[in-house]
Amino acid sequence: MGLKQNLHNFKEKNKDKKWLPLFSAFHTFLYAPNEVTSKGTHIKGADDLKRTMNTVIMALIPCLIFGMFNAGYQHFAAINGYTEGMSFLSGDFWNLQNFMVGFKKILPLVIVSYVVGLGVEFIFAIIKGHEVEEGYLVTGMLVPLIVPIDIPLWMLSVAVIFGVVIGKEVFGGTGMNIMNPALIIRAFLFFAYPTWMSGDKVWVSGAVKRTQEIADGAQLDAISGETILGSLAQGKEIAHSIWDMFYGFIPGSVGETSTLLILLGALFLIFSKIGSWRIMLSAVVGALVMGLLFNGISNAGWIGEGSKFYALMNTPFWQHLLIGGFAFGVVFMATDPVTASQTTKGKWIYGFLIGFISIMIRVFNPAYPEGVMLAILLMNVFAPTIDHYVVQGNVKRRLKRIKAKTA
Amino acid sequence: MGLLSKKDAKLITDPLADNNPITIQVLGICSALAITAELKASIVMAIAVLFVLAMGNVVISLMRNIIPSKIRIIVQLVVVAALVIVVDLVLKAYAYDLSKTLSVFVGLIITNCIIMGRFEAFALANGPWQSFLDGIGNAAGYGIILIIVGFFRELLGSGTLLGYKVLGDPIEKTGVYAFGYENNGFMLLAPMALIVLGIIIWVQRSRNEALIED
Repeated sequence: MGLKQNLHNFKEKNKDKKWLPLFSAFHTFLYAPNEVTSKGTHIKGADDLKRTMNTVIMALIPCLIFGMFNAGYQHFAAINGYTEGMSFLSGDFWNLQNFMVGFKKILPLVIVSYVVGLGVEFIFAIIKGHEVEEGYLVTGMLVPLIVPIDIPLWMLSVAVIFGVVIGKEVFGGTGMNIMNPALIIRAFLFFAYPTWMSGDKVWVSGAVKRTQEIADGAQLDAISGETILGSLAQGKEIAHSIWDMFYGFIPGSVGETSTLLILLGALFLIFSKIGSWRIMLSAVVGALVMGLLFNGISNAGWIGEGSKFYALMNTPFWQHLLIGGFAFGVVFMATDPVTASQTTKGKWIYGFLIGFISIMIRVFNPAYPEGVMLAILLMNVFAPTIDHYVVQGNVKRRLKRIKAKTA
Repeated sequence: MGLLSKKDAKLITDPLADNNPITIQVLGICSALAITAELKASIVMAIAVLFVLAMGNVVISLMRNIIPSKIRIIVQLVVVAALVIVVDLVLKAYAYDLSKTLSVFVGLIITNCIIMGRFEAFALANGPWQSFLDGIGNAAGYGIILIIVGFFRELLGSGTLLGYKVLGDPIEKTGVYAFGYENNGFMLLAPMALIVLGIIIWVQRSRNEALIED
C-alpha cells in the first residue's frame, strides 16, 4: 500500500471533521484523488482547472523575473542615471545586484498575496464545508505583478481580503465571480490609497523611503521615476526610447513593463489554447482604432497644443500598446475565461471595447492614467449582456432559416 | 402590563431588525449612500427622518377617513413636504454648517421611499397611536443602519468620529499613523457605502434563520 492509498484512507477516516477541506486542499494539490464522479455522463478533458491555472502561471513567470531585475535597475538608474540605448540582453540590466534589490522587495509581495488570499479561501471552504477552490492560484500571482513595488504590505493584505471576499466569495466562489478579482484588488488599492498607487515616487524601489529620510534631514539626492503615462498626462518630455518601452526598462507596476515578455506569454497562452487570441487581437485593434481617431483629431488641429489632452492625443497610436499596463491587462486579465464573454462573436465585441475604452480613459482622464484596469472591469460587467444578445441573435437567425425552408 | 401592549411594542421592535426598512425591504438606500460619509450627518439625518416619519404618520392617520383615495398621494406629499420644510428651516437656523453638508438630501426626505411606504402601508389603515409607534420604529430602524454605516465610513475613511481624531493625527503621525496606517479613501466614496450596507445585510441574513431564503 503506497502513500497515496494511505492518504486516501486517512481522508475516509476523518470524513466528518471540520478541518477536512484543509487537508483535501493540500492532498489534491499534490495528488489526483481516488474519488471519481459516479453519476451522469461526463466528457473527460485533460485540461482541468488546475492545469489551466498552472499554464497561466508559467506564462507569468518571465514577467515576474523581469520585474525583479527591473526593480533593481530602476532603483540604481534613478540614482546614477539611465543607460542609453541598452540592448535587451545587456549586462547593465541582467546582473545580480539588480536582481537582489528586486528579489527582496517582490518576494514579500508574492508571499503576502498568496498567504492572505489562500487564507481567506481556506476559511470560506471550512465555513461552507466544501473543498478549497484553486481559483486564487492565478490571482495570487497576478496581484504582485500589477501593484507598484513600494506598496506597504498591510495595504496589500487589506486589498487582497477585500478582493477575495467581495470580488469572489460573495458571488459563490471560483467560476461565479462577475469581475476579475485581481483587478478588484488593484482598483481597491487605487481608490483607497491613491498616494501609493500614482505619482512619481512609488514606482521606484526605495524612493518613498528616501523622500522620508530627506524630510528628516538626511543629506541625500531625492530619487523618483514617473511612469510614461504619468509624464505624458502632465505634458513632460519622455526620457525613454521606444526600445526601452518595448523591452520594459521603464518605471511601472512590477510585471507590466516588458511588452516583449508579455508578448511571449501571450504566444504561450495562445498556443496552449488557454487564452483567447480573439480577445487579445480585438483589444489591440480597438486600441489602435481609438489611437488613430485621437491622432486624427490632433493632426487636424481640432485641439490646441495648450490642451491638457494634447500630449496623450498626439502620442503615435501604436505607442499606446507599449506603455502602461495595456499589454499586460489585455493578455492576462481580459482573457480570464470566467469574466470574459463566452461566445465567439461576443469575444470580438468584448475585446474591441476593452481596447477602445482603455485608450479613451487614458487620454481623457489624466487622474486615472491606467485606463485598462477600469475598461476591463467595466466590460466584465457587460460580458453577460453581450453574450445574451449574441445568443439571441443566433436563435433569431436560425428561426428565420427554418421559416424560409418550410414556407 | 408594561407601558406598551405586546402588539404595540412589536411595532417598534420589528423594524429594528427582522423587518428593517433598509436591510430587509431595501428602501431609502439613496440617502443611506449619500450622507453616511460622516457620522454626524448620519445622526442628524436619522433624527430628521424620525421626526418627519412619526409626525407624518400621525397626521395621515388622523386624516385617513377624509382623504379621497384618488388624490391620497398628493395629500401625503403635501404633509411630508410641510414637515421636511420645518426640519430644513430648523437645521438652517441652528446648524447651518451641517445643513450645508446634508444639502439637498434633507429636501429629498420627501422622496424617501420609507416615508411614502409607511403612509400607504400603515398610516392609512391604523389609528394615530399605532401609526406614531410604527413611524418611530421604522425611522429608528433606518437610523440605526445609517449610524452603523456612518460609523465605519468615518472611522476608516477619515480616521475620525464626530470630528474627533480618535485614531491620531495623520499629518503629525501620532496614534496608529505612527505605524504606517493610512486612511482608506475608498470609504468616502459612495460605492463603499453600498458595500458596507451589503456586508450588514449579509451578516444579518446569515445569522437570522427566518431570513434565509430558498
